[in-house]
Amino acid sequence: MNSPLLEVTDLTKFFPVSGPGIFSRERGINKAVNGLSFTLNKGETLGLVGESGCGKSTAGRTILKLYDPTSGSIKFEGEEISGYSNQKMKPLRTKMQMIFQDPQSSLNPRQSVGAIIAASFEVHGIKPEGGVKRSVQELLERVGLSAEHYDRYPHEFSGGQRQRIGIARSLALRPKFIVCDEPVSALDVSIQAQVVNLLTDIRDDFGMSYLFIAHDLSVVQHISDRVGVMYLGKMMEIAPTESIYSSPHHPYTKALLSAVPIPDPVLERKREQIVLQGDLPSPMNPPSGCVFSGRCWKATTKCFEVEPKLTKVGKAEVACHFPE
Amino acid sequence: MSLLSVRDLRVEFKTPDGIVKAVAGVSFELKQGETLAIVGESGSGKSVSNLAYMGLLPQSKTTITGSVILETEDGPVDLIGLAPEKLRAIRGKDIAMIFQDPMSALHPYYTIGDQLIEAHQVHNDVDKKVSADRAIELLTLVGVSNPAERLHSYPHQFSGGMRQRVMIAMALMNNPKVLIADEPTTALDVTVQAQILRLLRDIQDQFEMAVILITHDLGVVAGAADRVNVMYGGRLVESAEVGELFKDPLMPYTVGLLDSIPRMDKGHGNRLKAIPGQPPSLITLGDGCAFAARCSRKAELPEGTCETSPDLIAVKKEHLVRCHLYVGKGK
Repeated sequence: MNSPLLEVTDLTKFFPVSGPGIFSRERGINKAVNGLSFTLNKGETLGLVGESGCGKSTAGRTILKLYDPTSGSIKFEGEEISGYSNQKMKPLRTKMQMIFQDPQSSLNPRQSVGAIIAASFEVHGIKPEGGVKRSVQELLERVGLSAEHYDRYPHEFSGGQRQRIGIARSLALRPKFIVCDEPVSALDVSIQAQVVNLLTDIRDDFGMSYLFIAHDLSVVQHISDRVGVMYLGKMMEIAPTESIYSSPHHPYTKALLSAVPIPDPVLERKREQIVLQGDLPSPMNPPSGCVFSGRCWKATTKCFEVEPKLTKVGKAEVACHFPE
Repeated sequence: MSLLSVRDLRVEFKTPDGIVKAVAGVSFELKQGETLAIVGESGSGKSVSNLAYMGLLPQSKTTITGSVILETEDGPVDLIGLAPEKLRAIRGKDIAMIFQDPMSALHPYYTIGDQLIEAHQVHNDVDKKVSADRAIELLTLVGVSNPAERLHSYPHQFSGGMRQRVMIAMALMNNPKVLIADEPTTALDVTVQAQILRLLRDIQDQFEMAVILITHDLGVVAGAADRVNVMYGGRLVESAEVGELFKDPLMPYTVGLLDSIPRMDKGHGNRLKAIPGQPPSLITLGDGCAFAARCSRKAELPEGTCETSPDLIAVKKEHLVRCHLYVGKGK
């Protein structure tokens, strides 16, 4: 068995939270990512799902070292990068890229599309075969735009087309790994389907791996080989896509899946739904024991006291004392 | 009997680039107690058509024509062209509205108590104490715990789901007959969305309200709507009872929309069926079918047919569609 492309062990990222006013002291610590471990193999897509504030985006950004991890290990192709400086990360950035949610704010409005994509080559001092312009135009065509778009500006494009520009930029250096952070959430369904199909095609063509972060469970199901469910900075369950959607083991996964409406009036109206009580607790002050215990219908005294570890249940790994 | 009757509503905006025909002749009826979903993608006119008759669009740059007749206690009233003070007397009383983002729809400087009480005081000549009691009653109903104390809280002290509950309570203060819910759960997480949809269903039954549910999420539509209007390019392109629409969509756009949703119940790994192309520009869109440029079935018709817009015709009982494929096939 080959070693995984990415290996994340006990990753944490805490943010200090200051009180009101500029000079006040630290008021608390936001434990955004709190002990996350997983591996990602070559050519594989891992979906990372969870509700807002569960730490999925922070996890993605910390893995790319856009944030410095508080503790834990990140191994990329066997190389420990968690302590690397920006300088040392730079050569690795050609292999690790990111696609952002909002193509409006992640593209510089004053630069032409050509300049935006060509910057990837310039920053790393790479001279592609056939020249920069040629390569950029090829990339534009690869993502479903046309070579004439080279001199246009981001505002001349629709949301879906802008997301294609963002994808072309992240593809420029032929990365091995892309963190896709909610790449289709801002798009309309008919356009969303185009972009999901494009992401699948280029992944298979270039043999890339994705960490696909999204809150939309049905999109994640379509693109992922495995899915990890996060809650309050922790992994609740991680399993192959088919098994997690057909037989979720963690009560939270079960509740999350049951909350997704099915676009079919007959099925939607007769299915049983688990409606969770309450809201997500604050990551500044997570509950003791299992972080989900306060909203879980199966919780016992043990759940409030002892934190469950990820353990193997069937094909899945589940952090629950009483898996389904 | 219809409670709200929209006839040939048109909304145009003047912009530096030209005139945007945001809504191009929309007509529909809303019956008492029903939930009418209006679905469509960004720019389809689904929100604007409802903001227009609520008087919530900037007047200086907007032209609104058509009629929107609302049945009130004093008989039918046309909301289009109504004097602002008369519209104010209706808005928040006969028709109430909840929005996508409860953070920006609630005033951050006032307590939610102040805001709820004001919503009641505007339409009722009663003591503030009476309004406060009404506020507590409704906060209890929508599931806010310790309502008497929470009256003194500010919007930022609530979570997103709780803020949406407060918005719903505010909308209900005057027992409206029509509730317009504009993407009420889009900003919320799925587990909270499930709570809010359930709440909306319960209060609708209790208050016997008609609800206009504006959304892009066909899953939400499937669970909540009685009837569905599909909009595209500022036009109403299909309208049917919810079961009928999902079972037998007619307009190629509706078919494409339903096919393009990733579905959890259909297993993974299947390629999604996207609709090629982009939505039309509402400035340059001519008189032809708004969907023609992306339509896969255009070739079935003689060339040039889709350059004119067909009327909305009834193909089956209570199933309307605006498409040349069905012209002459109605009953």
